[in-house]
Amino acid sequence: MIPWERVRDTVSSKVDKQEAAVLRGLVSRIDEILRSRQDEAPQDELSALTGIRTGPSTAPDDPILSRLLPDFHRLDSDDAPASKADRDSAAALRSLHEPELLDLKTGVAAVVLDTCPPRGGLVKLSLEQADAWLSAINDVRLALGTTLGVTEDMPDELPDDDPRAPHLGVYHWLTWLQESLIAALAGDEV
Amino acid sequence: MSTPVEQEQGRVEPIGSELVSEDKPWQTIVWNDPVNLMSYVTYVFQKLFGYSREQATKLMLDVHHKGRAIVSSGSKEKMEGDVARLHAAGLWATMQHES
Repeated sequence: MIPWERVRDTVSSKVDKQEAAVLRGLVSRIDEILRSRQDEAPQDELSALTGIRTGPSTAPDDPILSRLLPDFHRLDSDDAPASKADRDSAAALRSLHEPELLDLKTGVAAVVLDTCPPRGGLVKLSLEQADAWLSAINDVRLALGTTLGVTEDMPDELPDDDPRAPHLGVYHWLTWLQESLIAALAGDEV
Repeated sequence: MSTPVEQEQGRVEPIGSELVSEDKPWQTIVWNDPVNLMSYVTYVFQKLFGYSREQATKLMLDVHHKGRAIVSSGSKEKMEGDVARLHAAGLWATMQHES
């Protein structure tokens, strides 16, 4: 991988075969997790008729999905338990907005899978595609960060006997990839 | 809790700021999390809200140091949209009625 470079309305970089496989594998995995959630959406004749989709009203149990699809109100505050009004409102807002959020997240995953060559090589993106990459990479980092239990002061490396050690390397690589892409996109606005 | 955006509005139009807060009873809050990059959070604030890099950086630093920042305020419907867009970008955002 080389740093992203922006020329007018295009950003480009190169990925080698292994990097492409890792990135595509992780993005595909997130896509699967999101689609499994989509399948949980209630199906009813009324929404089929009106075209108004509703999602589940309860937050996912899975910690990765729960991080990717947060509640609209803070329900886990240490100061005070959430009011019934807030819990009811969060349920209603989730049901209303989650289908679109899932569409957006599977949409950005699809952009990466469409534009990252499976065997590695040149990646050339429009600015819109680059924003999709940023969101998709961020979703992968959120998922990995949740699984790895990443903290603010996560070390660069973990001891070799830590089972998380190899995965942390991937996480840091994705961090670098994302930072580089942001620098390329934002560079002209200084 | 500091709200840089509203403070700036307040400085420009101190009388109007009361009206603004009456019209804008809901707030969108972004919470600190250990994964989202500072550069990314700043980029998202600029892109979604049209904030200058300086404003966006200040809000990002509030999130980072204070644990949260109010990034927008307005009607309930507007804040729903803002929270939804922040969720799409992967930020941890919630909305609350101004207390």
